[in-house]
Amino acid sequence: MAVEAIQLGNDELRDKARTLRQHIIRMTTEAASGHPTSSLSAVEVVNALFFGGYLRLDPAAPADPARDRFILSKGHAVPVLYAAMSERGYFAAEELLTLRKLGSPLEGHPNMKRLPGIEASTGSLGQGLSIGLGHALAAKVDGRDSHVYVMTGDGEMGEGQVWEAIAAAAKYQTANLTLIVDQNGYQQTGATGDVLDLTPFADRIGSFGWHTQTISGNDQDEVLAALKTAREVTDRPTAIVSRTQKGYGILPLLEEEGDLNYHGKPLSADLEQKALALLG
Amino acid sequence: MAIGEKSGLKTGAATRDAFGEALAELGGSLPEVVVVDADVGNSTRTEPFSKKFPERSFNIGIAESNLVSVAGGLAASGKTPVVASFACFLMCNAYDQIRMSVAFPGLNVKLVGSHAGISIGEDGPSQMGIEDVALACTLPGVAVIVPADAASTKAATAAMLSHDGPTYLRLGRPKVPAIYTDGCDFEIGRSIQLRDGSDVTLIANGLMVAMALDAAEDLSAKGISARVIDMHTVSPIDEEAIIRAARETRGIVVAEEHLAAGGLGSAVARVTAEHAPVKMGFVNVGNTYAESGDPDGLLEKYGLTPEAITTAAAGLLSE
Repeated sequence: MAVEAIQLGNDELRDKARTLRQHIIRMTTEAASGHPTSSLSAVEVVNALFFGGYLRLDPAAPADPARDRFILSKGHAVPVLYAAMSERGYFAAEELLTLRKLGSPLEGHPNMKRLPGIEASTGSLGQGLSIGLGHALAAKVDGRDSHVYVMTGDGEMGEGQVWEAIAAAAKYQTANLTLIVDQNGYQQTGATGDVLDLTPFADRIGSFGWHTQTISGNDQDEVLAALKTAREVTDRPTAIVSRTQKGYGILPLLEEEGDLNYHGKPLSADLEQKALALLG
Repeated sequence: MAIGEKSGLKTGAATRDAFGEALAELGGSLPEVVVVDADVGNSTRTEPFSKKFPERSFNIGIAESNLVSVAGGLAASGKTPVVASFACFLMCNAYDQIRMSVAFPGLNVKLVGSHAGISIGEDGPSQMGIEDVALACTLPGVAVIVPADAASTKAATAAMLSHDGPTYLRLGRPKVPAIYTDGCDFEIGRSIQLRDGSDVTLIANGLMVAMALDAAEDLSAKGISARVIDMHTVSPIDEEAIIRAARETRGIVVAEEHLAAGGLGSAVARVTAEHAPVKMGFVNVGNTYAESGDPDGLLEKYGLTPEAITTAAAGLLSE
């Protein structure tokens, strides 16, 4: 089998997003640690990449050079990636419940050495876009049309290395490289705007010579349209500033708990049930 | 007296020049090799390769963090990236990128640090890589290579490019004595005995190998028979050669152009402590930064001389 994309219809895609959210809640509660809210904000984008007709992959041959690459630079949100990989057929759904447990390749942050299909070992913020640029340059040298998608967090944009990579990608006009900033508005200790405000991201990234779009990143239609546009740009790298909500899908619960950031903590068994009920 | 003169060696090319020549030569038969440069290619000598293979060369600007992670991505897509910068900027500025984008995933990236040691001279301490070997050796799975002369550097470059896994190659700026005038049978992790001896063993790498050979001449004149080993690979270290030296001679002196902590001396001492305790002496930069000055004057001032090795060896035997 060769690499191929999977394109679900809109309703099926929405169902798949719900499934990913259920996985994220269940696996982090089972692990009793992890970053469910950081994962939930990114669901629509990851879901559209894996099931909306974008990532050309072959789970049976995860290293096929012809594949597209998705690098989760905000590695702490890896539950969303594991959920999508499992749904895509990389491993059985039961394995999701081994998250963060001794012996499991589903580590707390992505480890490419232990889990085939993971494109980069991340968790030290700021490196994913550079790694993605390396993949994009390799594709250019080889004449492959592989597309490389890299997702960073908005807090992660404080890392200077990301801007080094933005500048270098502009130099090499890597149109096969797309940066998605999951702008969920929060980082570890508070609102990103209070900690270190680097907005407006689109203006700043655009000033380096990138094509940019700013979208509502929890809106499936907007995500699909933006990914389509990004593939159509042929002369420069593209960025999608994806304005999302941290914990999207269980926001009423976070409001009730009085913590809209809810960074780096899993839901209790009790809250898990409430969250799953909210997701429907 | 020039380094190596006492042992009859003639001045040869700098190790960085030998690396650059070998890289450009080998590039033709190794199509997966690419060069990623942070705008110092004319210093690190990746320039001849980049002129010959512009489509396989990327000057990403003065940005070492990006440099190393880009190489990680290239390697993950099947390339053999050679990443060259000054030893200090590569190892110290981009250490976390080396850890996370290269060593932890075990990617086939060839790290090359030039301008290592204090023998770069006038540019001064900010440009001197004297902690790079220690940093490199703490990275699991990274082979750390410190060649002594031009011929062994060429052989090391070929070995590095055919090795499957991350490597760090340490190069110097000045011209150094030619030791392997009849070619070098180089294998990563296997040291080379340059001179046999029964009283004491001198283990060195880089520029200090020629000084160890000079010291062996001095010691011979004093009636002391010194074995000289070129320990070009610091990690993985050649345990067998060290254990043999510890058992067959009465002491080991380790000489390196590096800080005292974490370099070749530490690596050798760990082996002797575990397997074959023996008297040891250490010749290195010590626990200090150096200063600007002419290379020979610096080596003299900071105690990196054949005489320092001779004194350390004689001292061990008189204890």
